[in-house]
Amino acid sequence: MELSRLVIDDVEAGSFRVHRSALTSPEILELERTNIFARTWLYVGHDSEVPNQGDYCRRVVADRPLFMIRGRDGEIRVFINSCLHRGALVCRQDKGSANSFVCFYHGWAYDNCGKLVGVPDPEGYTEDFSKSGRALMEPAHVDSYRGMYFVNFATETPSLFEFLGDARELIDLTMDSAEILGGWQVIRGTAKYNIHANWKLLLENSADNYHFHTTHKTFADYSAERRRQAGLGHPRVNNIDDSRGLVFKNGHVAMVTRAEGRTIASPSPLWSPEAIAEVARLRDELAGRYGAERGQSMADFSRFLMVFPNLAVHDTQSGFKLRQWWPIAPDKMEVTQWELVPRRERDDLAAYRLSGAVAFQGPGGFGTPDDIEALESCQIGYRAHELEWSDVSRGMRREARSDDELTARGFWRQWHAMIQGRAGADRVADLRSPHGTRRPPSAQ
Amino acid sequence: MTATQALATPATRENLLLRLAVEHFLFEEAAHLDNWRLDEWLALFTEDGRYVVPTTDLPTGDPQRDVMFIDDDPARLRGRVTRLKSRFAHREYPWSRTRRLITNVRLTRIAAQEIDVEASFAVYRARAEAIAPYVGIYRYTLVRQRDNTFRIRHRRAELDLERLTDHGAVSIIL
Repeated sequence: MELSRLVIDDVEAGSFRVHRSALTSPEILELERTNIFARTWLYVGHDSEVPNQGDYCRRVVADRPLFMIRGRDGEIRVFINSCLHRGALVCRQDKGSANSFVCFYHGWAYDNCGKLVGVPDPEGYTEDFSKSGRALMEPAHVDSYRGMYFVNFATETPSLFEFLGDARELIDLTMDSAEILGGWQVIRGTAKYNIHANWKLLLENSADNYHFHTTHKTFADYSAERRRQAGLGHPRVNNIDDSRGLVFKNGHVAMVTRAEGRTIASPSPLWSPEAIAEVARLRDELAGRYGAERGQSMADFSRFLMVFPNLAVHDTQSGFKLRQWWPIAPDKMEVTQWELVPRRERDDLAAYRLSGAVAFQGPGGFGTPDDIEALESCQIGYRAHELEWSDVSRGMRREARSDDELTARGFWRQWHAMIQGRAGADRVADLRSPHGTRRPPSAQ
Repeated sequence: MTATQALATPATRENLLLRLAVEHFLFEEAAHLDNWRLDEWLALFTEDGRYVVPTTDLPTGDPQRDVMFIDDDPARLRGRVTRLKSRFAHREYPWSRTRRLITNVRLTRIAAQEIDVEASFAVYRARAEAIAPYVGIYRYTLVRQRDNTFRIRHRRAELDLERLTDHGAVSIIL
């Protein structure tokens, strides 16, 4: 299959098809490694994970072992976790705090700014072997936006700021909203799980409203039952009319939906009167600080943003989650999900937040297991390669709704351009949504 | 201090009999779960009973402040059972086959009304032509009833796995 034929994007005809070899082929995965993951910005971690000097956390990014650390000078750096000598891992725990790292193999020692500070028996080296100037290697580019650190292994790249583009607006709404409570911090308890499916299927799934009522019927039923017990009417979850699908340059996509149950700041009627009053106060504070329109956008809408190629930034009624995933085979991915909470949320709201954070999303929630089943089910279906194409055309000829597949197309267009060695897609959206950015009520 | 005194509970005849009664209870509970008798299983809990599964990276996690895989109060626990019985919990429809191996049962606190119990487990789950275990430790707080039986006030399954590599989720009751 020619690369140019992997995605058929015929806007005039309202037809969008993806060849299933894109989801099964080892050769395609190799191309993704060289043409996408080695050439774009990739999320590493959040600054709240390394609050103090010496704090570090390990990550695997595009198969490469890395660690992020705050040095004794207060700077956050990202290093390739490999000794300059023979390559052993110098950082050997997933998280912790350290002044220095001594490679256990031959004893080369580095300080927490990465500098090589000690080599056993240095007389064994020539005179021009100088310790000074040698340091743990850093990726070609490291940059951060609103506390989120990214790396890029390519020497030539647009800045992170430019790469995120208009998607920054959604990140800003979320980040600004918690400023009144001291900002966001990653809390303990990380969901690490594998899905036996191609990594791009989770991308399609993560900003898709079309599957909610079928795949997640049990969660909708459970929510309705909880409300019925409390004497309340039908929930307004996933109100299509109040939702939008969005696509941005560089392959970022988002779904924005009006939602209840956001501690910042749209209460669930199931909460206590005191909690609801506190949320009302927070709403007022947001409106006072950011203006009525912007404050309302922060409060009332859940934002399911996908930063290309593999980071979900989900500020929703299920909490604020960062979720990232990596292909480890054409039919297998590794997922890691972190939860963020405001530093100073009142105890009762913090409890509602934490409880809601695991009710739907996550390996033990009432939603995620069924998403996993759907993705793995698709992957098994692809074994019948006589059936060559998947259809991603829903809503292509109308102004996009959140339960249309505009978001999946936005991703696929960028993917298809990059897999062919191009920097980006010529077109990000469909005919009726020329920029795909009909401004949602949440992104004024 | 002698070795015997260092044990959580000395091996008195009374303690050993109590442990047998606890083991009997745990094995009966496992039989309910292995046979998907979820309503019978739910009836083993007290009115305020909770069920908790911490994440793999933080087995000591505290549901008050850390993210868990599962943090079920009584209402959500009932919801979980309803969901699993509904035929629309797609990860578990059709139901997987499970086999619970429970061993190293220890009574770590014996009080008049309550007993704390630890037990090692391997829960095998077979589905879609693959079988793999969840391995870990149970921590229970049991409320003593008459006739040497018990109700579950707190049930916690801590996993030794570093990542949910095989199963992807905790879609069954562990």
